[in-house]
Amino acid sequence: MNRTLILGGALSALVVFAALVSFVWTPFEHTEMDIPAKLQPPNALHWFGTDHFGRDMFSMIMVGARTSIAVAVVAVGIGIGLGVPLGLWAAARQGGWVDEVIMRGNDLIFAFPSLVIAILITAIFGAGAVNAIIAIGIFNIPVFARVTRGGALPIWAREFIMAARVAGKGPARISIEHILPNIANLLIVQATIQFSLGILAEAALSYVGLGAQPPTPSWGRMLADAQTLVSIAPHMALVPGCAIIITVLGLNLLGDGLRDALDPRLRVARV
Amino acid sequence: MLRYALKRLLSLLISLAIASLVIFVVIEVAPGDPASFMLGINAQEDTLAALRAELGLDQTKVQRYLAWVGGMVQGDFGTSYQYRTPVAEMIGDRLWVSLPLALYALILSTLIAFPAGIFAASRRGKAGDIGVMGATQIGVAIPNFWFAMMLVLIFAINLRWFSAGGFAGWDSGAFAALKSLTLPAIALALPQAAILARVMRSALLDVLGEDFMRTARAKGLSRGQALRRHGLRNAMIPVLTILGLQFSFLLAGGIIIEQVFYLPGLGRLIFQSISARDLIVVESVTMLLVFAVIVVNFAVDLAYAAVDPRLRART
Repeated sequence: MNRTLILGGALSALVVFAALVSFVWTPFEHTEMDIPAKLQPPNALHWFGTDHFGRDMFSMIMVGARTSIAVAVVAVGIGIGLGVPLGLWAAARQGGWVDEVIMRGNDLIFAFPSLVIAILITAIFGAGAVNAIIAIGIFNIPVFARVTRGGALPIWAREFIMAARVAGKGPARISIEHILPNIANLLIVQATIQFSLGILAEAALSYVGLGAQPPTPSWGRMLADAQTLVSIAPHMALVPGCAIIITVLGLNLLGDGLRDALDPRLRVARV
Repeated sequence: MLRYALKRLLSLLISLAIASLVIFVVIEVAPGDPASFMLGINAQEDTLAALRAELGLDQTKVQRYLAWVGGMVQGDFGTSYQYRTPVAEMIGDRLWVSLPLALYALILSTLIAFPAGIFAASRRGKAGDIGVMGATQIGVAIPNFWFAMMLVLIFAINLRWFSAGGFAGWDSGAFAALKSLTLPAIALALPQAAILARVMRSALLDVLGEDFMRTARAKGLSRGQALRRHGLRNAMIPVLTILGLQFSFLLAGGIIIEQVFYLPGLGRLIFQSISARDLIVVESVTMLLVFAVIVVNFAVDLAYAAVDPRLRART
């Protein structure tokens, strides 16, 4: 076990744990307002302080973790669900027109500034968690398609694939039974990276008011609320900011650690 | 080289055509009629029809698409529904904020990342390397708009070195204008610098294993000299790619940062236009951003091919 993996795993697990526990317990009801207790810095009663409505920020962070994770998980799911089959298909038809169309389409999506399009989609079809998920998910498709194709191509040249073809298996079956298991490591690592990017993107969209809508708590919106109050209540910005940083840092370290753990060859190459 | 350039130019044009089509379709299916939005809910039907005719909204979708694209090719981006001024002028004004901001951030990011990456590569595995790499891990994880808020808190509110937002304008002198762009540029640059430093380090480490580096060392150059004189140039290809990509991140990332600092750039223009259903402005600004990304990537590709003949043969 390497230290990066352990640290990354621990940080990620902490966030997932907080999100899961929030379903059954939070110190306070996260929507409960207590105006006299507003803008309190962290103290024994309110561990992360209170916001401008006197809501308990620790509870809001816990529930907000659910939003961040849900958006990122589904967005990565969209990327894997559509991107991996496209990548496998492109690799199976390497050099053919299918390959060409898929890869050029990918290039095109890459050319769009993702944040601008995500803003456009959520602004036009309405702000909300679902549209944010779609907007982030679309940009995961070409990422997974490219990684899948890149990983699959060298495997198609291997002898055991030749054996499978001789045994009469078609390209679709070979892709699923032989190619996919061999690139699973690659996909897991990429999923971790996209997951952390999804968390950042969700925070950015929520920050400009295009992500999850009230009363659903989200870290990005907590930061937007904090903006005008940052001079009198810095903890309102520090707390959600640190939550985002810890989550993203944890996932990135987890991704790096997994890459090393799953593929010993890369460990040598990366030194 | 010429054949490669022409081939790349063709795919550039196809990309631009498809991109414009996608943007047009996405915005066309948007709910909300600009004419009724502008005139309010009490508008008479004939007034609405007259305004639609004036804005060209009564034409077929194909006609409007062709008019939009045809106009853009000639530098005519249409007329804003909301302000009745040419969109090209509005974009031009805003570009004077967004473009300097992106360039400023790109320069800062390079100035931070290159020394940091080179330093880490030259101290591979030692404390300096581990320190720089740890810092970049955190840099990558920081949302730039949050970092922007922290900069405002520290340097504008507490230390009062900078203003917390707004743009001084180029009329008040380059120094004042650049000063009001400094905090936004730092906020944009830092996370990008973290990525760039990592790429710089790994590109250098790849090059260090090459035979010509061993030869350079054998000639008596120190590790640092060999790195600077022979390693750096060869490590530039992956670094240039990332720099090209970062330009688009900086333009797009600027949209959020402009919100934090109330800068009158393209980002604020997009947000204002979306909420006012000023679709022609949204379409044109988005197209301009996509155009910038595609063209920058095209230029980077050509730059490689010019530098490295191997790349020409491969494509």
